[in-house]
Amino acid sequence: MRYQLIGVNHKSAPLEVRERLAIPESRLPDACRDLTAYPGIEEGMIISTCNRVELVTHTTNGSADLRGFLHKHFHLTAEELDAHLYEFREKDAVRHIFRVASSLDSMVVGEAQILGQVKEAYATARAVGAVRGQLDQLFSRAFAVAKRVRSETEVGSSSVSIASVAVELAKKIFGSLQGKTVFIVGAGKMSELAARHLMAHGCASIFVANRTYERAIGLAQKFNGQAIKFDDLYNTCDRADIVITSTGAPHAIFRREHGEQFLARRKNKPMFFIDIAVPRDVSPEMAKLDGIFAYDMDDLQQAVSSHVADRHKEAELAEAIITSEVEKFDARLHTLDVVPTIVSLQDHLETIRQAEIDRVRGRLGHMTPEQEIAVEALTRGIINKVMHTPITTLKTAAKEAEATTVIDVVRRLFNLRDKDSAAPNQKNELGTRP
Amino acid sequence: MALLWLRFALGCYFIGLIYAFVALTRTSDLFSRIALHAASLGMVFHFVSLVELFLSGHVVWASVHNGESLLAFFSMSFFMLIYAIYQTTSPGVVVFPIVFFLTFVAAMDEQPVLLTSFVHVKGWLIAHIILIFTGYAALVLSFGASLLYLLQERRLKSKKPTSLISFLPALEVIDQIGYRSLLLGFPFMTLGLLTGSVVAISVYGHVNFLDPKILLSVLMWVVYMLMIFTRWNSGWRGRRAAVLATCAFVAAIVAWAANYFSAIHRFAAS
Repeated sequence: MRYQLIGVNHKSAPLEVRERLAIPESRLPDACRDLTAYPGIEEGMIISTCNRVELVTHTTNGSADLRGFLHKHFHLTAEELDAHLYEFREKDAVRHIFRVASSLDSMVVGEAQILGQVKEAYATARAVGAVRGQLDQLFSRAFAVAKRVRSETEVGSSSVSIASVAVELAKKIFGSLQGKTVFIVGAGKMSELAARHLMAHGCASIFVANRTYERAIGLAQKFNGQAIKFDDLYNTCDRADIVITSTGAPHAIFRREHGEQFLARRKNKPMFFIDIAVPRDVSPEMAKLDGIFAYDMDDLQQAVSSHVADRHKEAELAEAIITSEVEKFDARLHTLDVVPTIVSLQDHLETIRQAEIDRVRGRLGHMTPEQEIAVEALTRGIINKVMHTPITTLKTAAKEAEATTVIDVVRRLFNLRDKDSAAPNQKNELGTRP
Repeated sequence: MALLWLRFALGCYFIGLIYAFVALTRTSDLFSRIALHAASLGMVFHFVSLVELFLSGHVVWASVHNGESLLAFFSMSFFMLIYAIYQTTSPGVVVFPIVFFLTFVAAMDEQPVLLTSFVHVKGWLIAHIILIFTGYAALVLSFGASLLYLLQERRLKSKKPTSLISFLPALEVIDQIGYRSLLLGFPFMTLGLLTGSVVAISVYGHVNFLDPKILLSVLMWVVYMLMIFTRWNSGWRGRRAAVLATCAFVAAIVAWAANYFSAIHRFAAS
């Protein structure tokens, strides 16, 4: 198990740092290719969401320079970045991935969205061939664990989502939401969810603007709303009381001058911006304007953190599931690790046996079938006796941490070649695929 | 006796005063209910005190102290009206201390100032006093609301999770309270000034616009109108509205204080 993971999340790094690391969906495949081309990395995938950017890899020797990759890829210095990074290896990396997929590491513990995001990241990396046997196993298991956590605990049931926090905040500003207008900028699942919540609390009408106009129309239809051409965004935005923005724009699309324009046109009636985009869509300068209330992902996190306490108990239960699953996964991986060695050991000795029999056959002269059977039994018996101890030792070691050492010793003693160890198909046959 | 009732009222308002300080730091439903009941009881005592004054036969309201008592009562009435509509006691944070202060001063001692020379315009005078004090009370409420608006705006901008659990109503509700108080108060204030002019003309034969009391009253009225205009025209809220409200409030206090150095309201001397 040579899993290695590095990343930043909402706890380790402020939004300013996460913004600089965020990889837009369109550039993710290339980034995955770059990652796997980096020295020491066999497989790699990248999870990039509003709250986290993580590189998950399987490395050749368990200590690839992932920091180096981040510095190079994002043109960041160690001073700028390193203090915000966390790094996990082997079992810890497995545990982290399980926790992320199960939404235990989320800003809103138990929210369901993260699983979908991880699945998307996995599909993207797989499509470009960056994920193969090792990460495949890890993530297949992670998805199963996430499912188990959701069904066996209540951690996701009363999920205080960003959406409901947004509603709460909107009520603090507007009192009643009756008759208020919502504007979705950038059609995304999260904005849709937030809009749905707001509409359920009385918001009357909805506008949708998206770079791809067709998507805007599609979403607008769902809410009986009106699709707006992206070019008309600034001319129509002042009609909205609540703006949910989540575009993939690299820079803020709402700047101070826009805010001033909106406020002037709506006679200074307050506007609430729910900025779930990373990088942010609302510039901090605009957020300072009187009458503009802009909450970005970090602010929303602060707001939800006060709600999470009641779900800690369920989260503890979920953590216990994760721990047992990590152990199970670890044990299975080790068992799988020794199988190819046993197989190649058997093959190796069988080859020797066959070669020796062929060599002495000439000197023995013609043998009766009974003699043939006797020679066969004799040689096999010797080999089996010789192999017995190494195989038992390997199987026992499989469940222990020293498995790698034992495998290594056996391989060296018998001069087994490396190519035999890379036999993912065999592993999968032996393991119970989820 | 009127003074005794007023002192009872003061005792009740004191609870409101404590509430005002406590509410700034933490929220307590129980305490806001207690404060509300205490304030209601205070108003009953206060009302009795005012009725006794009225029945005493003299138009003694024009004494500075009694005027303060009347203003306190009207402010409290506005507070109750807002409570009835919006179910919020938070304006009390500003209103209670002001009411307490006004009642406290009024309850200090009796200082009847007899208005012997005004007896022939008694009706106009009573109308003037009631109208102008209603206007003042609305202004007090509006000023309070603009301060609360600032407070709530700051809380929402600070984005601290704890700030979400606050005793303050939604920003737009505070805004409505302030604006509606302004709108409601304006006609009272205007009519109050007009009736005041009628009284002045009938007593002195003319209105002396250079008199500090009149000058300040007109100034206050202009600021009042400006507040409504900016709000109506460009929707001034928050900081800018608070600055204007403070100006109007200060002008009102100064206009009130002008009683001490204006020739017109120096009733005892005249």
